[in-house]
Amino acid sequence: MARKEIIALLLAGGQGSRLGVLTKNIAKPAVLFGGKYRIIDFTLSNCINSNIDTVGVLTQYQPLKLHSHIGIGKPWDLDRRNGGVTILTPYQRQEKGEWYSGTADAVLQNISYVEELSPKYVIILSGDHIYKMNYSEMLEFHKKKNADATISVIDVPWEEASRYGIMSVTENSKIYEFEEKPGNPKSTLASMGIYIFNWEILKDYLQKDHDNPNSEHDFGKNIIPGMLKDGRKLYAYKFVGYWRDVGTIQAYWESNMNLTERIPEFNLFDPYWRIYTPNPVYPAHFIGETGKVMKSIVAEGCIIHGTVINSVIFPGVTVQEGTVIQDSIIMSDAFIGANTEINCCIIGEGSVVGNSVRIGVGEFAENRYNPKVYNTNITVVGYNTVIPNGTILGRNVVIDNHIIPQDFTSSVIPSGGYLIKGGDEQ
Amino acid sequence: MKRAMGIILTGGKNNRLKELSSERSIAAVPFGGKYRAIDFTLSNMVNSGIVNVGVMTQYSIRSLIDHLGSGKEWDLDRKTDGLRIFPPYLSETGTGWYKGSADALYNNLTFLERSDEEFVVIANGYSIYNMDYGPMLEQHVDKDADITIACRALDDLTENDRKTLGIVEIDQDSRIVDFKEKPLNPTGNLGSMGVYIMKRKFLIELLEDSAAKGYTDLVMDIIIRSLDSMRIYAYIFTGYWRPLNSIQLYYRANMDLLDPRIRRELLMDRRKIYTKVKDEAPAKYNEEACVKNSIVADGCIIEGTVENSILLRGVRVMKGVHISNSILMQGSTVQEDAQLNYCILDKGVVITSGKTLNGDQEWPLIVGKNIIV
Repeated sequence: MARKEIIALLLAGGQGSRLGVLTKNIAKPAVLFGGKYRIIDFTLSNCINSNIDTVGVLTQYQPLKLHSHIGIGKPWDLDRRNGGVTILTPYQRQEKGEWYSGTADAVLQNISYVEELSPKYVIILSGDHIYKMNYSEMLEFHKKKNADATISVIDVPWEEASRYGIMSVTENSKIYEFEEKPGNPKSTLASMGIYIFNWEILKDYLQKDHDNPNSEHDFGKNIIPGMLKDGRKLYAYKFVGYWRDVGTIQAYWESNMNLTERIPEFNLFDPYWRIYTPNPVYPAHFIGETGKVMKSIVAEGCIIHGTVINSVIFPGVTVQEGTVIQDSIIMSDAFIGANTEINCCIIGEGSVVGNSVRIGVGEFAENRYNPKVYNTNITVVGYNTVIPNGTILGRNVVIDNHIIPQDFTSSVIPSGGYLIKGGDEQ
Repeated sequence: MKRAMGIILTGGKNNRLKELSSERSIAAVPFGGKYRAIDFTLSNMVNSGIVNVGVMTQYSIRSLIDHLGSGKEWDLDRKTDGLRIFPPYLSETGTGWYKGSADALYNNLTFLERSDEEFVVIANGYSIYNMDYGPMLEQHVDKDADITIACRALDDLTENDRKTLGIVEIDQDSRIVDFKEKPLNPTGNLGSMGVYIMKRKFLIELLEDSAAKGYTDLVMDIIIRSLDSMRIYAYIFTGYWRPLNSIQLYYRANMDLLDPRIRRELLMDRRKIYTKVKDEAPAKYNEEACVKNSIVADGCIIEGTVENSILLRGVRVMKGVHISNSILMQGSTVQEDAQLNYCILDKGVVITSGKTLNGDQEWPLIVGKNIIV
């Protein structure tokens, strides 16, 4: 087998718990995004567009959807005899089986996968972000600097800097200080969680980290600080462009809404940097005599008889007559009945919203189920859920996955309310 | 239906579809938002359980071969069987350029001989329909027919349409007693759909025999001459069916997709129509967009008014544009304030600002590939 210069390890095991019901049964990288994609598609497409044809995808949390989505990697041209995509799940060993206890541990447990390919460099990615980046340019930078590790960074506003891992760098881009979520940030260069390592060096540090009982086995918290302490050559590669962590409901919603702008900052139409995903078998979409679509994106297989404004509509969605959808995200194969009003809402895949339903009514109120996760004007309806005819949902309401009409004890759930299976209502 | 193999005939050189078929085989003409004509016959075969399919190609085959690829979109990239494409070739025994449908088949007799299915379904690759060939094969076996031809009542086709078809007459038992190919004065109301079923071995004998006699066309030379000597039966299909035999048929068949019943039967059935997919972003509508009663494919960006029209992949409709009753193929651009009515734009056409193009319902205006108006 031809030796690969660089391979990618894509960390896709995180839950993304701040997306609430959207990641209750699927991992965050598998959440639908942008009218036809799943979040991981952006990173996988970046890999193939950057000529990286060997990608190990490390999964752990609710991996079923992710596994079936990736399959053998065909949509990304990653079905290769030599290299291609490999799914790496936690596994049992002779002595004991172990879950991945941190990002570094996840890579450590798959040392044998990397060793077999014996690449010179390894790029560590996460499947949680929306961005387009040419990793081969970062690799060039890494080689030119003769670095031991290169961390991709992005300039963030001062007021947000304390949410990230912040780098202090010399004029020459050499990192001399790294602080994880600092109270008083010294710079605005935030780590994007994208690292290129010389594999031999990384392997060493992974082993050392593994033997350290006090380590959290995390790249940002342990490996990078450890290398810095040892005086290793760490460089910051500055990325300029659209990069979003869509890890909260507000960020997820905003990032989707960005795509409906006249000239979106993140361009899905770039013929030189296509985003790949398994294409569903659907005809082109149909806008009916009574349909009206403005400032929105609409995917294949949709049938639109109502009005859609400022929204993102995934494949196979039906919107009946007299319905108005505004500022919302409607995921694949959802069915929206007639004379319904949907405002500022995320409707999960395969859900059904009945006739004369109103969603997003009234004023914001604190969520009574989990105000840490649900803290916006956005009402979230989970996957494969049925909202019966005539229901009224306020703002910041959450409805669980797999809810059936019988689960509703009242036809009105005011702002801040919830309907969660196994939890009590409202 | 492992019992049958499939052969798709993509037709000889013709300008039936004018500019649309001058550089591509009719089977490769874009249709209905995201498809090519051949997708329907090919998907029908796959949906009927046929996994050994040969496509006989001749004229302007580049776009067809590009479209079919390895057949993976139809699940026909198989180790055994799958999709095979047969362009003409030269050899000591072959006759080179195919002289007709029977000649094309005769030149690829090896394919027929090496296959082991009992029956063969032969169909043209330029008709729009969603059909299960299974019941037709059942009838073929029940009637103990030599050849079964799928036929359809022609009530919803015009006199001019009928002139492009084979018109058949049947007796009470559905046996075909008369067959007139492209008659000048069509009388009957039953048309051949260009779909034939027969035993594979029977076809091989038929082809060897007709080659010896110098026959080259399946319909003219073999079927019409054999109505008395062979048991040739009609299988009546009652679903939607349109052969793309003329610009008028092409235009109407596209517009028929705006009818929800036809769209459902053709495209939303559990027997899906597969096609080669391009990785386009979902269509984008800006503030000024006003789209009514239209089909819009992925990759379109719309800022103008569109009604009763079909937009294929990646069409750009700019501000102030008014498009009605038109078909815009992939990658065409309509710039500011242009107006189109009853037009068919081929791939990559650019209509510059302020232009007005008006066709007629019967004679839509065709703008050829990559032309800038």
